[in-house]
Amino acid sequence: MLKIKDLTVEVEGKEIIRDLHLNIEEGEVHVLFGPNGCGKTTLLMTLLGFPCYKVTRGRITFKGVDITNSPTNERVKLGMGMSFQHPPEIRGVKLGDMVNIAQGRKEEAIDEDVIALAKRLNISVEFLNRDVNLGFSGGEVKRSEILQLLAQAPDFIMFDEPDSGVDVENIELIGKIMSELLDRNKMPSKRKKSGLIITHSGSIMRHLKADRAHVMLEGRIACSGMPDEITKNVMETGFERCVELCARTNEVDAE
Amino acid sequence: MTKEETIERAKRAKRKKAALGEDISIEEYIAGEEHPSLNSLDEFPAEYQQDLLDAGIEPTEKDRSGSFLQRDCSVVFSAVKYPGLELMSTTDALKEHDWLKEYLWKAVPVDTDKYTAEVELEQTHGYFIRSEAGKKVTMPVQSCLFISSDKIGQKVHNIIIAEEDSELHIITGCSVSHAVNSALHLGVSEFYVKKGAKITFTMIHNWSRGMDVRPRSAVIIEDDGAFISNYILMTPVKSLQMYPTAYCVGRNARATFQTIIYAHGDTVIDSGSRAVLRGEGSRSEIISRVISTDNAKVIARSDVIGEGANAKGHIECRGLMLSDTAELDSIPELKAERKDLDLSHEAAIGKVAEEEIQYLMARGLSEEEATSVIIRGFLNVDITGLPDALARETKRMFDMSLEKVM
Repeated sequence: MLKIKDLTVEVEGKEIIRDLHLNIEEGEVHVLFGPNGCGKTTLLMTLLGFPCYKVTRGRITFKGVDITNSPTNERVKLGMGMSFQHPPEIRGVKLGDMVNIAQGRKEEAIDEDVIALAKRLNISVEFLNRDVNLGFSGGEVKRSEILQLLAQAPDFIMFDEPDSGVDVENIELIGKIMSELLDRNKMPSKRKKSGLIITHSGSIMRHLKADRAHVMLEGRIACSGMPDEITKNVMETGFERCVELCARTNEVDAE
Repeated sequence: MTKEETIERAKRAKRKKAALGEDISIEEYIAGEEHPSLNSLDEFPAEYQQDLLDAGIEPTEKDRSGSFLQRDCSVVFSAVKYPGLELMSTTDALKEHDWLKEYLWKAVPVDTDKYTAEVELEQTHGYFIRSEAGKKVTMPVQSCLFISSDKIGQKVHNIIIAEEDSELHIITGCSVSHAVNSALHLGVSEFYVKKGAKITFTMIHNWSRGMDVRPRSAVIIEDDGAFISNYILMTPVKSLQMYPTAYCVGRNARATFQTIIYAHGDTVIDSGSRAVLRGEGSRSEIISRVISTDNAKVIARSDVIGEGANAKGHIECRGLMLSDTAELDSIPELKAERKDLDLSHEAAIGKVAEEEIQYLMARGLSEEEATSVIIRGFLNVDITGLPDALARETKRMFDMSLEKVM
């Protein structure tokens, strides 16, 4: 599904990611741990093709297409989706409008289809009529993002901190919908969707099963392993110690 | 004031330049030929039908309580379908109602400037709309002032009266044929909202590059009366200057101005809204959304003057700049004349934010589509106070106007 090879990324002239390798196969969900500033969000934004993230080396291939230099909307058309951590407020553009846009419909009204989707995330019609992200609480932002992804139904979904600022009750709901978006409820042979989840706290991992986990340090993937093991080590000993515990003698290729 | 005194005052103001806006030589413009009356709006020449539609006028008169059309300086159509509503040219109305002369120049002083003076001295009709006491005319009245010939100077005097406890909804469009290279529109509009009455006034200006436009409007609102103005301008105009003023003289009188302007080309606009809160507990809200692009120059003014006890006024003006060669001045003003008032304003001018575009692109839109969604959203003001059908209609007219420019 996604192949990242020798990826080096600069932001405003500063190298944030260097020589990163990562492959995510169809039906796989990977989770990426790492301290603040290690380059996790930069990686997602680069994969999505945001212009201020400059790829200076390496290649990104998505569904066999080299997308290293493709504009964001072309990547989205190929099947990429993203749940943003801090999405911008857009005045006059309602959450319901965003759902229609994500669904690729020209429809302007917030109709039954939109309302039915929203219901699954406990989102009211009134909330659909609010300007997107304007005055949303942390939990509301996450639910709004995931609602837009439900409408968009991408094949490969990136989640930037889906669990930050979310209360216990909502994290369970978010985990449930994420599992569904990522085909986690299906038999492995039936799983077609893939995902890459960034988490700082790891709390979403109690509600979602991943196939592989990585720890990112200083712009590189420092170690990889089984999600349970990595999550446990990160939570108990911290990122750097986890890397020491998991490190192997050879350079990790994170395949 | 007798008619002679009014004329005398007008004559003295003939050379009085307006306080704002570029000075226009009125003398260049003519009254033009008389146009024949129509039996229905769809008899209006086919080449102009689209211009009517663009100004929000429904040629079939469907869902309208009355229709009025003035072409250049001739009133060519006027029809009422609803009991309790009066609609005719101001000229006819003055013949029919002797009392009407008391309403002339009561809200707008005749010697405001040379334009008001000109309308008194060289008036070419205009419309008179009145709802009888207690009558709620929920279906809108439509009126259109249309310019079809070059060099026309349209000088209208409109009088709108909502008698006690009545309700009046007006859609008015000013439009101009594409064949017109240069013309002038002077429009005096005086609104009277009596006790407990309500007027909503949705105005679409559909001008063109050669038009000089000088509306002079004022509203007098009595106890518990409400006036809501929605103004939409999306087409270019050579020069437009206006500063409609609502005088909330009664207790709990309420005034709302919502303005949506998309200024492009070489458009020059100086447009404001003013509320004078004289009545106890009177309230006003002034909302504006202005986009300035190409070489447009826009001054967006707003002014609230608090005079009455417990008056409350708020101004919210937002601007969006799309070009480095355009200009936008946003000038909100507040004036307090006593202590128990609540006056506030917020003003902001910004650009289309890159991160908003990227966010929309991440949902599948192209850069161009994303920009259009953001601009549309910026201009999207939820219009309050209109009956549902009219609110939908206004939204449709807004979308249509926007479609043309984007």
